[in-house]
Amino acid sequence: MADEKDIVICRCEDVTLSKIRELIEKGYTTPDEIKRITRAGMGPCQGRTCRDLIIREIARITGKKIEEIPMTTFRPPIRPIKLGVLAESEDDE
Amino acid sequence: MLVKTADVVVIGGGIQGCAVAYNLAKMGCKDVVLLEKDTIASGSTGRCAAGIRAQWGTEMNCRLGIASIEIFENLSEELGADIGLHQGGYLMIAYKESEFEQLKKNVKLQNSLGIKSKVISAQEAKEICPLLNTEGAVGFTFHQRDGHADPLLTTFAYAEAASRLGVKIYDFTEVIGIDLEGDRIKGVRTNRGYISTRVVVNCAGPYAKRIGEFVGVDLPIYPERHEILVTEPIERVSHPMLMSFSGNFYIQQRPHGSFIMGYGPKEHEKTHAVNSTWMFLEEMARKFVKLLPALKELRVVRQWAGSYEMSPDAQPILGEVDEVEGFYVSAGFSGHGFMFGPITGKLMAELILTGETSIPIQMLNYRRFERHELIREPAVV
Repeated sequence: MADEKDIVICRCEDVTLSKIRELIEKGYTTPDEIKRITRAGMGPCQGRTCRDLIIREIARITGKKIEEIPMTTFRPPIRPIKLGVLAESEDDE
Repeated sequence: MLVKTADVVVIGGGIQGCAVAYNLAKMGCKDVVLLEKDTIASGSTGRCAAGIRAQWGTEMNCRLGIASIEIFENLSEELGADIGLHQGGYLMIAYKESEFEQLKKNVKLQNSLGIKSKVISAQEAKEICPLLNTEGAVGFTFHQRDGHADPLLTTFAYAEAASRLGVKIYDFTEVIGIDLEGDRIKGVRTNRGYISTRVVVNCAGPYAKRIGEFVGVDLPIYPERHEILVTEPIERVSHPMLMSFSGNFYIQQRPHGSFIMGYGPKEHEKTHAVNSTWMFLEEMARKFVKLLPALKELRVVRQWAGSYEMSPDAQPILGEVDEVEGFYVSAGFSGHGFMFGPITGKLMAELILTGETSIPIQMLNYRRFERHELIREPAVV
């Protein structure tokens, strides 16, 4: 099995499994705190892969059920949009 | 389980609360508790724009701004953690003659207080930010030591340093009442138990008014919803924070490479709501593309909103509340609480432990509102 230092959990921001485990063990047991400290989930994909993996790690280490762990907020836009495209859109007001 | 007693209870786990708690412990106060109803940096601090500046329009804010920058410059070392500092300066852009006159007045005031800001030409502005479209601008000012610090990293660095000095931090712990004994603080009631204490510091940001109500003090602080967005990261192409009051925007590239930007709402909604709108996204994009047209291919990855904790004159409320012994306030920062946190955290700790502060802050006492001694800060987006 690969070393947890080599396993990347958040590919957008290069956050490894060992970093995530270190923070959980330090007492950061919400996805929001891990996001704020490591930026995991803040990149272009907005946590599509890492969000669930992080919640699973928190559940495993703390012994909590997955449904007891507070989710991070899903924020718009759903997919990255070019500023130039947004700037040209018609204003309905 | 919560502790039963504390010398000082700090309410709020944003930059103010964490900086106050850290400075109290650093100055030797051994029994400090910090209460946070959610998690560290989950409120206004964690949602803010990461700017730090000394280019202000009132003497008080200039003094606080430059003193805070001086702390920021050594903060990574002091706290033992990276705080994401990048001093690319704030480039202020005026689009109206009257606005430029005000900026020039501000620079004069800043210079008189030792802040080395300056009025610069359009040519110099282009040298600082080569991608900038200066069309329509009538004047610029610049201060190199302004710039960026990461609000999340900074706040966690304060919280961790405070913990190492013995501060007990309780998250998911909400204050639901404060008990008095005569005119004195007696204890704090929370959803997880009771803590006896003689001193409470209200660092609850947009919720500071509610905390004041627990002791019968009417703090004129209200939340105002402000929106913000961030792009994908690219290589460093721009250093300064670009800011304009009449243009109504701020835009800065972060050390990480993403651009963070926002503008002030037209309808100043007094609400704790932090929803995002499509209108903001479009309007912000128009402002950005006009200012930095070469970057129009840049993609927005996320938008959110947060609360400014507004006071009537856009300056903070700092100090002890005279009718309740042991009740202190550090709130009402009106959109610049993060950048002032390092200095106000230090000043509040000094005030609580020694009764004096290294920068006089009496004029920021909340009584100024009933005395009508307001000096409105003109330099706010």
